[in-house]
Amino acid sequence: MRGLLTLLKITSIMFELIRQPWPWYVAGPLIGLTVPALLLLGNKSFGISSSLRHICAACIPANISFFKYDWKKEAWNLFFVAGILVGGVVAAHFLANPNPVQVHPKLANELASYGVDNYNQLVPIQLMNWTSLFTLKGFLLMVFGGFLVGFGTRYAGGCTSGHAIMGLSNLQWPSLVATICFMVGGFIMANLLLPIILSL
Amino acid sequence: MEHRRSKGWGNLKYLILGTLFGMVFVKAEIVSWFRIQEMFRLQSFHMYGVIGSAVVVGMLSVFIIKRFKIKSLSGEPITLQPKQFNKGQIYGGLLFGFGWALTGACPGPLFAQIGTGATVVAVTLLSAIAGTWFYGLIKEKLPH
Repeated sequence: MRGLLTLLKITSIMFELIRQPWPWYVAGPLIGLTVPALLLLGNKSFGISSSLRHICAACIPANISFFKYDWKKEAWNLFFVAGILVGGVVAAHFLANPNPVQVHPKLANELASYGVDNYNQLVPIQLMNWTSLFTLKGFLLMVFGGFLVGFGTRYAGGCTSGHAIMGLSNLQWPSLVATICFMVGGFIMANLLLPIILSL
Repeated sequence: MEHRRSKGWGNLKYLILGTLFGMVFVKAEIVSWFRIQEMFRLQSFHMYGVIGSAVVVGMLSVFIIKRFKIKSLSGEPITLQPKQFNKGQIYGGLLFGFGWALTGACPGPLFAQIGTGATVVAVTLLSAIAGTWFYGLIKEKLPH
């Protein structure tokens, strides 16, 4: 009886622990293990942005040569991203952190000056919602931003997974160039341009 | 028919792996717009730790696979495509960086954010698909 109670207690402590945000030294290695997992499961190279190309090839090829290939051979990639969505559902419903997202006080101060102070979700719901989509600020953050993500990753030939993780893991110097450019672009946007957009 | 079915099950393993991956994405807040802002403002080590340790583990794994010529589960030799350099990695890289800081997401996290219930991100995802399509349309006219 006491053994059972202890077991229950341990389970509940573990569940509490797993509901807290996971530290980088747990998440990073798990993400890194995706590289050998995909290689061993089916000789597949880790890369997520390709899924966007496969969706184009499957739905709107429009006789563009870049989309004329047998996307069905790459269907595994679409199953993988569908899984990411399912993983989001599972984590949000069963393992959700009951506390608001913790952010650096400097960031919180800066965001407060733009009227952003809701940390209940992983995305800033005051900036990203169906109503703000039709404002200039929301359009730039979601529609324009999304367009740049899709255009830029394909132009660069990969994203954070294909270049920064898979490419660097395979010691490819073009991936290092791409990763540095991702970061430079992000620094410019976050520090120089985003403040202007957020004050719109 | 039998072949088709086995192919379908074959893809199911990627769905499961993707699910685990998506859970890590959400639980480590890698899909959080706030974490991305902290990263680009050098206010938190979190994202650097995640990406850095992922690369180290990935590198070690690829090294071991190459060194011991490990085969995939179906017995195929593992092949890795080298990445060819072109100017797209610079121009496209910068443009993706802009988009990353705006949306707080790279392509993977877009899917995970929708899963967490941020339904409006579906518009961001559609726009990313449109961006990819537009790249395909004007590819030949861009400097590479």
